[in-house]
Amino acid sequence: MKFGVIVFPGSNCDHDAYHVISKHVGQPVDFIWHRDTDLNSYDAIIIPGGFSYGDYLRAGALARFSPVMNSLKQYAREGGLVLGICNGFQILCEAGLLPGALIRNRDLHFICDHIFVRVENADTPFTSELQPRAVLRLPIAHAEGNYVCDDATLEELRRENRIVFRYCDKQGNVSAEANPNGSRDNIAGICNAERNVLGLMPHPERACEDLLGSSDGRDIFRSLAATLTLAV
Amino acid sequence: MKAKVYVNLKPGVLDPQGKAIHHSVELLGYRGISDVRQGKYFEIALDGTLGEEQARDSVARLAREVLTNPIIEDYRVEIEA
Repeated sequence: MKFGVIVFPGSNCDHDAYHVISKHVGQPVDFIWHRDTDLNSYDAIIIPGGFSYGDYLRAGALARFSPVMNSLKQYAREGGLVLGICNGFQILCEAGLLPGALIRNRDLHFICDHIFVRVENADTPFTSELQPRAVLRLPIAHAEGNYVCDDATLEELRRENRIVFRYCDKQGNVSAEANPNGSRDNIAGICNAERNVLGLMPHPERACEDLLGSSDGRDIFRSLAATLTLAV
Repeated sequence: MKAKVYVNLKPGVLDPQGKAIHHSVELLGYRGISDVRQGKYFEIALDGTLGEEQARDSVARLAREVLTNPIIEDYRVEIEA
């Protein structure tokens, strides 16, 4: 089982992701420079958070044109597991691997805080070790996390059960007050129709050790590892 | 020859920056302004090897593929001789 973490100029959560895979999942992991194009040896790819290309033009917009992205699209088409975190989610949307877009937060602020999300779908490769409707406490750190999509897309996401995480309060109630950034339908994370590509704004990789305020993120990486173990 | 590309959020897409500007403008006492929408503006220098129609097509493609996210944004191209 081997993980890859893609590194764009401006990625800054790449080492956090690497640390979690090597220390907590206990599996081999490589950094993949964005100019590399060979993803064949990897069982799962993480697109980490950060500010790829300085967020110039739009968050994630220029990363989409990096050489690795064509390989990533092919990799995803063939069923490879792809996890996009924060800027990684923005890149997946810009690249068309996930629907919708992430725009400026409703209240314009960069938000750096711990929030709660509810697991809406525990039947994905990324959430299989979690209980349905479990509440996770995870950090967010973004200025453009306000998820938007048109009515038809939202209907499709709901119908196909592709909304994987929703912002909620501590008790698990999904409400306008618990929505930190104005995201449509409190969406914090979605997956593609095939369930092998997940994007989310919160940072599970920064929530794997009690010392950091929460270890709720570990179950997402444990799910990934369990899925891959079953697949072997 | 120069191309100008104007990029705007589609109608209906929330524009928090435009809202904040509008709010400030109201606080400053400007009257008669009902809304502010913020967009982007690109000036693209052309080297003259393309005719006007070709240049327009090429820049429109650039606008669709790079300068905008078609899910949330519209664009308008002007070619200036």
